[in-house]
Amino acid sequence: MRVDGKGLVDRGRPVKFTFNAQGYTGFAGDTVASALMASGVKLVGRSFKYHRPRGVLTAGSEEPNALIEVGTGAHRTPNTRATMQELFEGLTTNSQNHIGPLERDLLSINDLFPSFLSAGFYYKTFMWPRKFWEKLYEPAIRRAAGLGRLSGKADPDTYERAYAHCDVLVVGGGPAGLMAALTAAQAGADVILADENPRFGGRLIADDEDIAGLPAAVWVQDTLAALKDTGRVRMMTRTTVTGAYDGGMYGALERVGHHVPAQSDLPVECFWRIHARQTVLAAGALERPLAFPMNDRPGILMASAVNSYLNLYGTTPGQNVTLFATNDNAHRTAVILQQAGVRVAAVIDSRTGVTAQGDYRLIDGAQVVGTKGRQGVREITYRTAGGTDTIITDCLAMSGGWNPNVSLTCHMNGRPVWNPDIKAFVPAEGAVPGLTPAGACAGHYSTHACLTGGIAAAKTALAALGKRAPSIKTPAARDQAGDAQALWYVEGKGRAWLDFGNDVTTKDIRQAAQENFASVEHMKRYTTQGMAPDQGKNSNIAALALLADSTGRGIPETGTTTYRPPYVPVSLGALGAGAQGKGFAPERFTTSHAASVERGAPMIEAGLWYRPSYIPRPGERTWRQSCDREIGLVRGAVGICDVSTLGKIDIQGPDAGAFLDLVYANTFSTLKPGRVRYGLMLREDGHVMDDGTTARLTDTHFVMTTTTAAAGQVMKHLEFVHQCLVPHMNVRFISVTEQWAQFAVAGPLARDLLDSVLDTPLRADTWPFMACGPVSLQGVSGRLFRISFSGEHAYEIAVPARYGNALFRDLVARAEAMGGGAYGMEALNVLRIEKGFITHSEIHGRVTAFDIGMHRMISDKKDCIGKAAANRPGLLEPSRERLVGLRPVGDVKQITAGGRLFDHDDPPVRENDQGYITSVGYSPTLESYLGLGFVRYGPERLGDTIKMVDHLRGLEAQVEICDPVFFDPEGGRVRG
Amino acid sequence: MANLIRTSAAAGQLPADIGGMTLTELTDLQITSLQPFAGATPALSAALEAAHGLGFPAPGKTTGKGDLRAIWTGQDQAFLVGVQPDAALFDHAALTDQSDAWCVMHLDGARSRDALARLTPVNLSGTAFKRGQTARSMIGHMAAIITRLGPNRFEVMVFRSMAKTAVHELTEAMTAVAARARLNA
Repeated sequence: MRVDGKGLVDRGRPVKFTFNAQGYTGFAGDTVASALMASGVKLVGRSFKYHRPRGVLTAGSEEPNALIEVGTGAHRTPNTRATMQELFEGLTTNSQNHIGPLERDLLSINDLFPSFLSAGFYYKTFMWPRKFWEKLYEPAIRRAAGLGRLSGKADPDTYERAYAHCDVLVVGGGPAGLMAALTAAQAGADVILADENPRFGGRLIADDEDIAGLPAAVWVQDTLAALKDTGRVRMMTRTTVTGAYDGGMYGALERVGHHVPAQSDLPVECFWRIHARQTVLAAGALERPLAFPMNDRPGILMASAVNSYLNLYGTTPGQNVTLFATNDNAHRTAVILQQAGVRVAAVIDSRTGVTAQGDYRLIDGAQVVGTKGRQGVREITYRTAGGTDTIITDCLAMSGGWNPNVSLTCHMNGRPVWNPDIKAFVPAEGAVPGLTPAGACAGHYSTHACLTGGIAAAKTALAALGKRAPSIKTPAARDQAGDAQALWYVEGKGRAWLDFGNDVTTKDIRQAAQENFASVEHMKRYTTQGMAPDQGKNSNIAALALLADSTGRGIPETGTTTYRPPYVPVSLGALGAGAQGKGFAPERFTTSHAASVERGAPMIEAGLWYRPSYIPRPGERTWRQSCDREIGLVRGAVGICDVSTLGKIDIQGPDAGAFLDLVYANTFSTLKPGRVRYGLMLREDGHVMDDGTTARLTDTHFVMTTTTAAAGQVMKHLEFVHQCLVPHMNVRFISVTEQWAQFAVAGPLARDLLDSVLDTPLRADTWPFMACGPVSLQGVSGRLFRISFSGEHAYEIAVPARYGNALFRDLVARAEAMGGGAYGMEALNVLRIEKGFITHSEIHGRVTAFDIGMHRMISDKKDCIGKAAANRPGLLEPSRERLVGLRPVGDVKQITAGGRLFDHDDPPVRENDQGYITSVGYSPTLESYLGLGFVRYGPERLGDTIKMVDHLRGLEAQVEICDPVFFDPEGGRVRG
Repeated sequence: MANLIRTSAAAGQLPADIGGMTLTELTDLQITSLQPFAGATPALSAALEAAHGLGFPAPGKTTGKGDLRAIWTGQDQAFLVGVQPDAALFDHAALTDQSDAWCVMHLDGARSRDALARLTPVNLSGTAFKRGQTARSMIGHMAAIITRLGPNRFEVMVFRSMAKTAVHELTEAMTAVAARARLNA
């Protein structure tokens, strides 16, 4: 029910929503939890294991019970805390984890056999028979013990990620956080103030204390206005800081669109990465529940939550409220309830000699030892020295004191420290570099201490930043935190819950201790205490205190489990924002992309690049038809292929030649300007890194090409060699891959075609094989290289990329007029296999120059990267798997890449392996499948036949070992 | 025969106007990389001053203004933008033409910084990243050169081949920022 005159909700704006298909009305500013409470709904969910009826326990993100599904269809989000979900018109919510109606959950039968579901039950019971686990036990258990359901559909909501930077990050917008932010901002620091609630104020507005003589809400408004005036504070509400990481990095989850009806383009969540030079942690404290028998009924909740529901939402969880407290602070709940006109049945205090703070029935020296009421508490039993008695009540508010919220201080391996004075763990000094805890999270509970703590922490941050702190006055506020007693559990008949989220009771902890799961980490895993969505926020300290008692140790010796990020659950959608589908990686397109696509070419990925597989012509039904034709037009006329994706590195300087001699196995300093040379590059370990051609444009100017795949690796390698190994070399290099659109023009008619586009025809005597130089096309300056990856008379012509689209179309049109045309990757691959040219299929990282028959390229006259290692014992053994050509010679005419090679009489098993095939293509030129591969003693076995077995595809063939150069071994065509 | 037609990196994709922010492509810019040889930075800087009226930029900085600028792009490396490099520069540095290697975009508008904050880890605050400052960083997964041209105006350069992805990611970020602005309006 609502309480007149209380709360910050907007009573002029009713909001309709549904819960389990039943319509309700709340007000703007409500959460689902507060609106249901106002409507008299106590039962909001079922517990994890026992399916016990549960109600709201808290008013914050630590809520373990009131987990709901929000939205419908693919938009449905499970495990949303009803205490955090703000109301909006048309909001659809449902309870979760039950079969049948929430009020009559069929699975509540579990609650009749609690002893079967205690800690370790699964481990002991479902061991046998072993194969039943996967098929029977696990699905049944998962069905019975679960939380919300995923929709099973792709999430249509949008999420985003973003970066933010600040001098001072203030985590939490309560009294300590507000004062810290104000102090830092007035000193001229850029501040981010983050709070997970929709409004700032924290417990100030939830407890509605006066501060500086003003009502809390008014003072908070004034302070926010002052923060805004500084122009330096970025105020982030609905933002939970979830993790502390190295170097002042913090993760934070912002709920951007969960509080409004779906809007196109509006992300529902944003995952922030915040870099803070200094941080003030003002995360407050969480109230401790009390573990007394049958403490989990709807209507039993935290005393501080009662304050929140009354002061923030103007609602009360009951009309006749009882309190069970161990501290002075909780008595204030009784006072404010009475002031609001709610009846207080009694305040039961575990301490003796306590003074009432108001006109209510105080029962001191007492403990609650039992409750009744299936779907909502209706009677409690308490015990005093004189015996037990009962109280009729519809709500029991409990308070076992407070636990400082130390979570974030533990994210970098810090362990909280036990403070015996307040009987609580507090942050260890310097647990997170640059982070200063302030206020309740540092163990300073009174409002006054929070305000001064916030100022002091900000001053610490400002000093570290070298900024002068302003003089700032602490507003007048309550200075009493009050007396408190530590009461971790209450003995009595019946189960006493510690972890409401995972249904872990005091009995489970004792059993763990009894079975020698005495370490707190073992206890956690054995009982699952602390492993529910609330991650033990409500139960960790009490559980370890009980474990300490059960094992005869103290609390500090027992220690806490490790608090890890994230502080609250973070959806994977937010973490992966922008990376769905093609957002995973950038796409790189060549200048000829559109022209290839227009011709119907299927584009295949080559690293990030897209290249045409083949360019079909009308009537061609298979890729092989297109591929065979394209090979024919290169061998018979002229073909055009975009080779811009190869890495191009411009290398200049007096030491450029010497530098290339170092990074290449062979010599480049002797190369004449205007000429190109093939080069082989080794890794430091002597294995082949990459190959390609390098052209010498002038004495001090080279252009290196790399393979498409290794362009980045080679660039990085060159940078390493120059910066770390030979910084004295006067050489400069830069990638020009993107600058040039480069096209292969290959085939007997290549020169004829080029002559038709070049401003000056090519002269055979000045353009021999492996020549290079500048050319002009229609006034555009380009570069021409007479190199060939097909074995044909061929060139590669490069123009600035802006002309690539036009030149490609022009070249293809001219080629087609001459009986040629464009060719794609499939044809390119067959053409190079026919010539025995290697790619990264062959130089796959495990082969040496020796293996590919190029050991003699490692020059004797100079040193090079990888030279020493290439000569290590074992790397020059004739028995190594070495490059050869392979062709089928038996009845089976096909061979496949990936096939393994065996001697004829050997069974095709690993021990008999003789080698493997790396590349295969069908050569229409030679009317046979051709392959490249590696065979033990390879070059010594030319002419032998061997057995290929492709275990995966179930193929076996007789193949002949031959020279890798199948076509035109004399090289007459390339020089033609 | 006809002249070769020029195609810009983001041809057909820009300009975009979203939520008061505009994203435009700059085409036909002359961009030349300057890499001073060992010990030649002062001489290169002097030659730059003499020929083009701007010096070699310090790390993270640009020199010049308006259409003629030098942008620091790495160790011993800067891009001279907006002019054909004077022949004198070749005595002191390795030069390469980079005019066609980059997709150069300008993002303008009151919320341009918010849009970029969705894609780059660079601190773009007015104090940390003043007008004329530049950074080699990331736009999403893409290597980028980001330069502040004014209070709400940024230049973003990415590899030419990645123009489509860059335009997509930038416009997505602009769209999300615009949607937030509508929510808070």
